[in-house]
Amino acid sequence: MKEVWIFIEQEDLNIHPVSFELLGIGKKLAVDLNGKVAALLLGHRVKPLLEEIFAYGADKIYFLEHEVLRYYRHIPYVYALTHLAKKYRPEIFLIGATSLGRDLAGGVATHLETGLTADVTELSIDPDTKNLLMTRPAYGGNIMATIICPKHRPQMATVRPRVFPIPEKREGYLGEVVEEKIELSEEMAGVERLGFLPKEKTVNLEYAEVIVAGGRGIGGKDGFEILRELTRLLKGEVGASRLAVEAGWISYEHQVGQTGKTVRPKVYLAFGISGAIQHRAGMQNSDYIIAVNTDPEAPIFKIADLGIIGDWKEVALALIKALKDRGAS
Amino acid sequence: MLNILVSIKQVPDTTNIRINPETGTLIREGVPSIINPYDVVALSAAYYLKIKYGGFITAISMGPPQAKLALKEAVEFGVDRIILLSDRKFAGADTLATSYTLAETIKYLNEERPFDLYLFGKQAIDGDTGQVGPGVAARLNIPVITYVSKIEDLDLNNRTIIVHRKIEKGTEILKAKLPVLLTCEKDLAKLPFVPFSEIMKAVRAEPEIFTAEGPVKFEREKLGLKGSPTQVKKVFTPEIKKDTILYDLNSTPLEVVIEKIIQILKEKKFL
Repeated sequence: MKEVWIFIEQEDLNIHPVSFELLGIGKKLAVDLNGKVAALLLGHRVKPLLEEIFAYGADKIYFLEHEVLRYYRHIPYVYALTHLAKKYRPEIFLIGATSLGRDLAGGVATHLETGLTADVTELSIDPDTKNLLMTRPAYGGNIMATIICPKHRPQMATVRPRVFPIPEKREGYLGEVVEEKIELSEEMAGVERLGFLPKEKTVNLEYAEVIVAGGRGIGGKDGFEILRELTRLLKGEVGASRLAVEAGWISYEHQVGQTGKTVRPKVYLAFGISGAIQHRAGMQNSDYIIAVNTDPEAPIFKIADLGIIGDWKEVALALIKALKDRGAS
Repeated sequence: MLNILVSIKQVPDTTNIRINPETGTLIREGVPSIINPYDVVALSAAYYLKIKYGGFITAISMGPPQAKLALKEAVEFGVDRIILLSDRKFAGADTLATSYTLAETIKYLNEERPFDLYLFGKQAIDGDTGQVGPGVAARLNIPVITYVSKIEDLDLNNRTIIVHRKIEKGTEILKAKLPVLLTCEKDLAKLPFVPFSEIMKAVRAEPEIFTAEGPVKFEREKLGLKGSPTQVKKVFTPEIKKDTILYDLNSTPLEVVIEKIIQILKEKKFL
C-alpha cells in the first residue's frame, strides 16, 4: 500500500504545528492514492508524543529513539530517515520548510537520489498519472510553477508552516506503531551543540490572528511607527513586504511572502503594499484581507476582500482614532 | 593555511523581474545578472578568513558562459582560483543534478589539495531552495551547518570551528570538525572594502573552464536535465477571482470606510 510520509519536527517534546498541517494534507493525498499517511517520529524519549500524532490523523507511526537524536543534527537525522525510506519505500515524503526541515530535506533527497521541491504552496494528486503535483512560486515569487517528479520515489517536498490548515483533532485513535532500531554514534554526528541563545522577543507572525502590514508605500520607519500603534490596539503583529524590509525600515522577521513568512490570520490589513505574487504567496490564505493603496491597479486589490483606494496614512490614523474612541488602549 | 572553497551562482536580479502579462512568461531582456547576494556573503566571509588565517580561496560556479563575469568579480574578494563549470550538458539541472556536478568537481579538486572549509550561500534568490549546500555535503560525506550567522572561532591546530546558526527561536552555538560545509546568512560578513589593485586583478582574471568532457569524469546520465528527477510541468500566473468590495476615498467619505473596517473587526470578534 502506498504511503505518504510526514516528518514530525519536535524539540523537547513540543511538536511544531507544521507537522500537524502536513498530516492534514498528507491524509488527503493518501486518500487519493488509496494509501496511508504515516508519521516519522525521531528523537530521544519521545514516546509520549505518539498519541498526539495519531490524534492529528496519522494512520501509522514509524518510531525511532536514540540518544544521539536528542537534538537535531544533520548527519544522524539524515542517516536515520534515509535508512527508513530505503527500507519502506514511501510514495511521498513531506517535511516542514522550517530551518530544521530545509536543512534535513536536502540531505535525505540527495542520499535517496530523488527530486525535492522547496516551499510548496499547493499539493495534489494528478488523477491520470497519480503523480504528486507540487506548485510553488518561482523566480523570486514572480510566477507560479507546478513541479512533478515522475520517475523517482519518494516524491519529496518541503512545505512552509501555515500553507495548510491544522486538521481537526480526533481523540482516542491509536494506529500501528512500527518501532525501528538503528546504530548511531556521537562521532558520526560531526557537530556538537555548545549552547543556545534564545531570541529576546520573537515575532509570532505565522500564527498571529491579526496582521497589520506595510509595504513600499509606507515610505519609511516613521510609517511603521503608525502601523505599530495600530497593531498594538488590535493586539496583532506587524508584517511587511520584501521591499520594506530591503529598504531597512523593519527587520526581516516581519517579512511576509515567499522569502519571508507564510501567514493565515483572520484579518490581514495591507497598507501601501502593491501585492506582487511573491507577497501574495505568503498571505493569500488569510480569512479576510483589507488593502489600502493609492494605485487602483495594484494587484493586491484582486485578492482583497475589502479594497480602499486612497492614502494609507489617512486610513490608518482614522482607524487608530476610531479604535481609541471605542476605548481600545 | 586554510584551503577554502566558495560556490557561487549568477542569478537574475529578481527584484527587477517583469512578467509578460499576456503570455505569463518572464521578460529576460534588460534584467541585470548579479552574484547571488548570499554567495556574496560567502565570498566576504572567505575574504576575512584568508586575512586572519592565511589561505587559498577557490571559487566555482556552474552556469552559462556569461557566468564567468560573476567569477571575475569574485576575484575582488581575494579569490585565488576561479573555475567555471559550463556545458550544454549541465543545463536544466535541478538541485540533485547541480549538487552532483558540484560535488564531483570538488572531489576532483580535493585530490590536489583537500579543502578545509566549504562556503555556500544559504539559498539563491532565483530558486530560493537552499537545497544545494546540504546536497553537496551529503555527497562529500561531511557535516553541513546551514544558516550560519557568525564564525566564532576557528582552531587550525585542532581542526575545529565554532559557529552561530540562526534559527526561528534563537541562535545555536555549534562546534564542528573540519572539513565542514557552511551555508551563509546575510549577517555573517559585511562587504569588504576592495582596493583598486584587486579590482584591476579581477578585470584581468579569466576562469578555467570545466566541461562535461573534462577534466572531471562525470556520469553523463546524472548531469543537467537528464539527471534531474524534477520537471516543470507548467508555469503560470495565478488567476484570482474574488468579490472585492472596493471603496475610493475620492468618492466615499473616510468615515464610511472606517465604519466598514470596524464592522469587519467586530464580525471577526476582535472588538
